Amino acid sequence: MMESDGELLLRLRSGDERAFVSLVERYHEPMLHLAASFVPSRAVAEEVVQDTWLALLRGLDGFEGRSSLKTWLFRILVNRARTTGTREQRSVPVADPEPAVDPSRFDGSGGWADPPEHWIEAAEGRLEAGKLAYRIRAWIDELPARQRAVVLLRDVEGMSSEEVCTVLALSEGNQRVLLHRGRSRLRQLFEDEFREVR
Amino acid sequence: MRLLQRRDLVCQQAVELVTGYLEGTLSRSARRRFEAHLAGCPHCTEYLAQMRETISLTGRLAPEDLTPQMRDEFVDLYRRWRSEQQ
Repeated sequence: MMESDGELLLRLRSGDERAFVSLVERYHEPMLHLAASFVPSRAVAEEVVQDTWLALLRGLDGFEGRSSLKTWLFRILVNRARTTGTREQRSVPVADPEPAVDPSRFDGSGGWADPPEHWIEAAEGRLEAGKLAYRIRAWIDELPARQRAVVLLRDVEGMSSEEVCTVLALSEGNQRVLLHRGRSRLRQLFEDEFREVR
Repeated sequence: MRLLQRRDLVCQQAVELVTGYLEGTLSRSARRRFEAHLAGCPHCTEYLAQMRETISLTGRLAPEDLTPQMRDEFVDLYRRWRSEQQ
């Protein structure tokens, strides 16, 4: 059974090197993807993540457990990425409209003219065959940065909306808009992928 | 009945409510209108199922493994930090 973050934290505090490696195995890669949504290059993302691990070690004694370890760690990462990054994520408003579905797929009265094609079974089959995961990764990496950050934390990492708002310093409303756009884009990419195969 | 009909959703509006619906943040009346629309619209029902599937597929991505070399680098990082503590 997988040890909880809390258990790893306890072991880490008592000086257990393997507990640190376990945490790194759990969160290093997710943090790299998240950092990459803030900074201009993979190299800079790696630097930010490395700094975050050091900050975790240095902050161990001060961590009071008011949030989960994961939220704390990701929050350190985002703060560092923001001060390092040049994408200025924060200042871009969420307000510009971006429809979930291309308007040309609806008729004049707003009903489907070109309705969604079935792809769920095909996607399940391909995922099981191990041939879809890398595509999904690539699609997520191509989402606009802020949508990507929200989708990574909510849907890949399974964090709650409250946790995501804390980590990314977003309002509930903005978090939801970004999540909606990110998921809607991904849905469209699945549909396109399986339309081509048919 | 006319008033009710005027408040009916069209598909193009329904797809914009999917995330609010799944997040449980729609008002009670918006949720009712959304569900009433789904009851009569197989395409939007399919669309909702696809959004759920999108979330499910994304949630099943496993993190890539650390390379042995990276593992060693992190052990080094930890040991350097420990020695600074002394």
